[in-house]
Amino acid sequence: MSQYYHSIRFDETKCQGRMRCLRVCPTQAIRVRHGKARMIEERCIDCGECITVCPNGAIIPLTDPFGELSRFRYTIAVPSPALYAQFGREILPDKILAGLKKLGFDEAIDLAYTCGEVSFAIQEYLRNYNGPRPLISNACPTIVRLIQVKYPELIAHIIPIDTPREIAAREIKKKKAKQLEIPEKEIGTFYLTPCPVKMISIKQPAEKGRSHLDGALSIADVYGPLLSAMEGLEESENSRRGLESICILGIGWAIAGGMSRTLRLRNSLAVAGLAEIVKVFDDIEKGKIRNIDFIEAYSCPHGCVGGSLTVENTYSSYNKIVKLIETLEYEKVKACPDIREVRRRYDQKYYFIEGKLEPRPLAPLDEDISRAIQKKKLKESLYEQLPQIDCGACGSPSCLTFAEDVVQGEANLNDCVFLWPQKITQLAQEIIDLVEKTGFKPKKKTNLKEGKQVNAFTRNRQTS
Amino acid sequence: MAKNRSDERENGLIQQFSITGGDFYHAGHVSTQIKEILKELGIDPNIVRRAAIAAYEAEMNVVMYAQKGLFTLEVTPQKIHFFVEDEGQGIPDIELAMQEGYSTATPEMREMGFGAGMGLPNIKKNSDIFKITSEVGKGTVLDIIIFINQGKNQ
Ligand SMILES: Nc1ncnc2c1ncn2[C@@H]1O[C@H](COP(=O)(O)OP(=O)(O)O)[C@@H](O)[C@H]1O
Ligand code: SF4
Ligand SMILES: [Mg+2]
Repeated sequence: MSQYYHSIRFDETKCQGRMRCLRVCPTQAIRVRHGKARMIEERCIDCGECITVCPNGAIIPLTDPFGELSRFRYTIAVPSPALYAQFGREILPDKILAGLKKLGFDEAIDLAYTCGEVSFAIQEYLRNYNGPRPLISNACPTIVRLIQVKYPELIAHIIPIDTPREIAAREIKKKKAKQLEIPEKEIGTFYLTPCPVKMISIKQPAEKGRSHLDGALSIADVYGPLLSAMEGLEESENSRRGLESICILGIGWAIAGGMSRTLRLRNSLAVAGLAEIVKVFDDIEKGKIRNIDFIEAYSCPHGCVGGSLTVENTYSSYNKIVKLIETLEYEKVKACPDIREVRRRYDQKYYFIEGKLEPRPLAPLDEDISRAIQKKKLKESLYEQLPQIDCGACGSPSCLTFAEDVVQGEANLNDCVFLWPQKITQLAQEIIDLVEKTGFKPKKKTNLKEGKQVNAFTRNRQTS
Repeated sequence: MAKNRSDERENGLIQQFSITGGDFYHAGHVSTQIKEILKELGIDPNIVRRAAIAAYEAEMNVVMYAQKGLFTLEVTPQKIHFFVEDEGQGIPDIELAMQEGYSTATPEMREMGFGAGMGLPNIKKNSDIFKITSEVGKGTVLDIIIFINQGKNQ
């Protein structure tokens, strides 16, 4: 097995080497070799950007199938608050949790409540914090990976408070094992996830040996069956009771800004979308962002509601969460953890991550700095000779990466079509031959670009 | 923006970047590129961090107080060397400019979040050798050296 687990798989039979993934990858982790996309494992941060752009559906997110439940004697669903965002005010969390039980889980717990607790815990942590600022949230595993791989010097900024999903799974397992008098390993906790990346935080946690969660089911997979399961369920007699089941602090964790909003911090930022995150992290490294205490960061646009495994339109679900929060505020519903209780647990280290987060920086050009410098010089001078148009035909995402691949012996200079004018001539001849074979003869050679003739050309090709 | 100068020296990497005064849109690009290069070379994250801060502050001062400048990066196995030369107003009283909190930034610049008067002090703090010379009406030259701790690098 390879060193890194990934929640993305490339299906070679479907891949047509169309290179969309190549360009969109923020860590240059993809190469197209022999017409097929390949992943460089240590570079991939599981952001899933490639999944959405692949025109052939050849990049497959790996989540657990329903069947996984049968491995356990007792199963518990731990839905991300992004699941609530799929339904909004029309179907409230109490009914969703009941629906999940009908689907086959022995129990379904409300994660928003734990999110609320963790919000308080973060607040506690920030109160006495004197280390480097801003602190960065760890709820999105892609962000944690991005920092480990590309911004190793920001590791100290990641908040050491564990994620609600881990804390909730840990506690419910303990509780149920005691109650049912069965070993914890016979209890299966399943996260209902808006994105594939949570899979890696379960299969290969960044900071500890083992996750408290046993698997993750995709919200997209659960959505349909859940809808039908909820059909038979009666409505709560009044919506007030349904509303009272929602923790106003926790529900916001589904959207970018929801966390900071409840933290009531003087200076915090909510940043969503990888391209934006990269800009902000670059600024932190330069020392440009100084007066911010906390950054809530999500790789998906608008936060977890924008996850690639959700069903509802991102804007609608974002709006649904905002409206829910407004209603709760208006109705003065405060189903929230008791701050004193949170403080007591906080003092007992209940909320802190287990283990230590280590950086995992990309390998430098060479372990030896003198050789690294020489390679860098070679890379730059190679780059100067390339056309610098980042066409991707060589299978590397950009001319600069191509130059690096050549220096590292992973690509051949011959792979760049532009370095070989002969190749172009040869290619041109092949095209002419092909055209002649299809029986198309341009009337006036010089006018090949004229609308009519080009149309004739395409028509000819279609009929042949 | 990066221009590779064919370099005379045996084992050093030299790259030069030009900076345009008043170009707040591109401000920070040079230091971001420098940071990427240092990471590629496998330099210790803490040193990269110090270098990134020094580079950014030096770059910003050219953007804010000069017409144009040239940022030269030199990396050898022993050290990181920044040589930043600008054509601009120059600094009349260097001792004063080096004081924490001293700034002649305009209200507009402060509006944009600059002008805390911590730039030069932070460059000094984050470098091992720091020299600054300036001539009023002509320009300013910064000479910054940060040593690379080989031990940590392996
Ligand atoms: N390259 C430069 N050219 C002219 N003046 C400069 C230059 N760099 C710094 N100064 C002067 O020194 C002062 C202090 O600089 P610095 O410590 O970076 O703080 P700030 O940039 O926040 O003003 C500036 O306000 C400016 O008057
Ligand atoms: S020009 Fe060459 S190196 Fe650059 S992307 Fe195209 S094929 Fe690759
Ligand atoms: Mg300054």
